[in-house]
Amino acid sequence: MTITVDRPITETAPAEEATKATGGLTIFCLSGDLERVWATLILSTTAAALGKPVTVFFTFWGLFPLVKNDRGITGEMWMQKMLSFMNRGGTSHLPLSKLNFLGAGPAMMRSLAKGHHVASPEELLALAQDLGVKLVPCQMTMDLMGLKRDDLIEGTEEPAGAATALAAAEGATTLFV
Amino acid sequence: MTITITRTLDVKGFACPIPIVRTAQAMKQLAPGDVVEVLATDPGSVKDFAAWSKTTGNPILEQTQEGGVLRFLLQKGGRR
Repeated sequence: MTITVDRPITETAPAEEATKATGGLTIFCLSGDLERVWATLILSTTAAALGKPVTVFFTFWGLFPLVKNDRGITGEMWMQKMLSFMNRGGTSHLPLSKLNFLGAGPAMMRSLAKGHHVASPEELLALAQDLGVKLVPCQMTMDLMGLKRDDLIEGTEEPAGAATALAAAEGATTLFV
Repeated sequence: MTITITRTLDVKGFACPIPIVRTAQAMKQLAPGDVVEVLATDPGSVKDFAAWSKTTGNPILEQTQEGGVLRFLLQKGGRR
């Protein structure tokens, strides 16, 4: 279809310069709570859509969203196994920080989100990967919780430590969620 | 100026950030100068597309509204 329009309604710098002028976004995902992980995924996909290089460093409770949804008990020692039983990994099993009610809260929240056509954490995580968001698992947390590379979803970066996370934060907008 | 719409993207009904994210995905497959027509119903997308345009350097050629449906004509920036 061919149509006639006036000149652009937005004044933009040439694309090359515009992209260069914007720094990246680095998010430290510390919390495994549904609403925080949701926010992390919304912000990281949006920043990637804006052409920014995005890195998310998943650490402590925040590492559990990267566990495969079909993984049941993880860990090697009984304490790690107990931990994974009490705090099952995967985006499908995230609790709300309040009004969790043994999982009834998140189920209702997801139902509301679906009704309002808000993308689920699962969809957003897939979009983030498609848009090239770098997902970095924290190596120390993996060791601590007994999580193996195979317990995590495909397509993450190599597990790394604080120095890698801070290097990614250099000159970028940094959020601690 | 006369332009040709390369692609139409229907994100009616979708909430933030899907309209922007899907648009960015579509833009990746286009060449500089190509135009994508986006149909959205999220009222927040008016401000969001303006911010997206400014940040990415992809100009908004036209923006109209018809019965709750927002229509954006977005051009991929950069040299041809």
